[in-house]
Amino acid sequence: MSESSLATPGTSFDADLTGGRSKARGAKNILAAVLVSACFAIALIPLAWILWTVASKGLHLLLDINWWQQSQRGITSRTDGGGAYHALVGSLITALACAAISVPIGVLGAVYLVEYGRKGRLARAVSFMVDIMTGIPSIVAALFVYALWVTIFGFERVAFAVSLSLVLLMVPAVLRVTEEVLRLVPNELREASYALGVPRWKTILKIVIPTAFSGIVTGVMLGLARIMGETAPLLILGPYTKSINFNPFSGNMAALPTMINQDRTESLQPAVDRTWAAALTLVLLVLLLNIVARAIARFSAVRDR
Amino acid sequence: MAVTNERQQLLDRRPQGLDLGPTGRGGDRLFGGLAKGSGIAVIALVVFVGGFLLWLAVPALRANQASFLFSREWMPGIQPPRFGIVDLLWTTVLVSGFALLLAVPVAVGVALFLTHYAPRRVAGPVTYVVDLLAAVPSIIFGIWGIKELAPKLAPLSSFLSGNLGGFPLLRPGIADNGTVFVAGVVLAIMILPIVTAFTREVFAQAPREHKEAALALGATKWEMIRLTVLPYGRSGMVSAAMLGLGRALGETIAIMIILSKPSPDSPFNPSLFAGGETFASKIANNAAEFDSPTKTGAYIAAGLVLFVLTFVVNAIARLILQHSERKHA
Repeated sequence: MSESSLATPGTSFDADLTGGRSKARGAKNILAAVLVSACFAIALIPLAWILWTVASKGLHLLLDINWWQQSQRGITSRTDGGGAYHALVGSLITALACAAISVPIGVLGAVYLVEYGRKGRLARAVSFMVDIMTGIPSIVAALFVYALWVTIFGFERVAFAVSLSLVLLMVPAVLRVTEEVLRLVPNELREASYALGVPRWKTILKIVIPTAFSGIVTGVMLGLARIMGETAPLLILGPYTKSINFNPFSGNMAALPTMINQDRTESLQPAVDRTWAAALTLVLLVLLLNIVARAIARFSAVRDR
Repeated sequence: MAVTNERQQLLDRRPQGLDLGPTGRGGDRLFGGLAKGSGIAVIALVVFVGGFLLWLAVPALRANQASFLFSREWMPGIQPPRFGIVDLLWTTVLVSGFALLLAVPVAVGVALFLTHYAPRRVAGPVTYVVDLLAAVPSIIFGIWGIKELAPKLAPLSSFLSGNLGGFPLLRPGIADNGTVFVAGVVLAIMILPIVTAFTREVFAQAPREHKEAALALGATKWEMIRLTVLPYGRSGMVSAAMLGLGRALGETIAIMIILSKPSPDSPFNPSLFAGGETFASKIANNAAEFDSPTKTGAYIAAGLVLFVLTFVVNAIARLILQHSERKHA
């Protein structure tokens, strides 16, 4: 919380009431303010630089309608043309398959923590493991699914396996946000529902979750934004293809990160352009998800009375 | 910012859920069971990850003819296989440690700026912008790092290794731009948002009474921060740094793109200006060769070490956080 909100309106919290202070102390104070502001400026440079780089190098291809409608099939690094439709579709299918598994587990897990487990021993263990899960590197999640899917079951490397490894990353993201918004639902609502004789499960499904719904949507979108940018599981489990594939259970499926990875070492101009254009597409997709998610959170937050 | 803090206050004040005890209704048993099952599934998943990796790594480790922990060789494809992780461990620790060294001071500065210097009107949107940095996919950091940032850092690198090359860490290394130095700078940028977010949260919770008391005694703003906010936030800063470290240890694709692979028989160079491979980048670099069980087993063993490392680092971070929360509660 910033200082201004602590002090009463109209008075400055950091007003110098001391009259005279030594020059050295004053100088140190100013130096600290300068350093702190400089840190902040340093933090903003990379974001601006990255956005500028991908936008300036990739935008011209995105303005072509073919970019959104065509795949890279039959196109080599020497030739212009083609689009990112195959990769966009692949990224979306993979992410949605992952969400279909992660969202129920994440939401129910949060319901358990808030409504059922509360501060019990099991709930504390779940909560700790969620924290650990948040920290599992994506490459380890991918290796785990590889071990299970390919080494033990002997299946092919397909997009669904990528989705499975992303589940490990998305569940904690959804669970944490859902937990937070469920806790913001006022207990009065629960009490009123119970007092009317509504069963507990119905109270949760019809009162608690609907009240927290927009917050859960925000959590899901932030989770989607996180997994869409993940590359490591794709390298291990989802080989790239230049063609369109709608089936996550068979054949190779492209994704935006692997499309970038495919051409990143090329020096021929058409391939370089495509790398940056795919990068810009991915950045736009992820930023869009973030901005929409936070807008939802902002305009429909659970309010306390 | 303000929102998270209001939320925090709400969370502190409000008991979560209602304790009704078991009701015995069929619907409650089913739904409660599903919820509990999801909780248990989370625990099971984490245990499975560790267990499966261990199970598949053991045969490869048994067949291994070299010391797993101390050998520099990496030949999982030959019969019998020989592989060790000492090089991977060194590069992983060096690049993560360097990134942490760069990121933590800046993150503390940003967190102080957002909580105590920026006007409230500015702090909100700006916090949002810093969070957006966390949303940029790591592959973008990778290609930006090697194509845009690395050439700009090259003069600094050659100046440092040219003038201070006597230190082992600054010894001249490889000719191209794919150095641990560049990878560390990019990694520092990548972990900056997470370290900032956690530090910011503890700084925002520093007790108002302490701050007012310091100011009433005539402290300048900086003295107030040094005497009240920083001591209060110390354990929070440590755990934020640990969480950043956990993120850095496991980062894959950006490191893989930036770092140059050294040739297999090159001598060991501890320098920041050498190339190298981390656990994660080694696995990702060789993903195409996962065919025989022993070969895959070697990489799974490396992944297991990475899992254990991140598990320990994250667990310590969370325990510090919990401990300090209890102390302040």
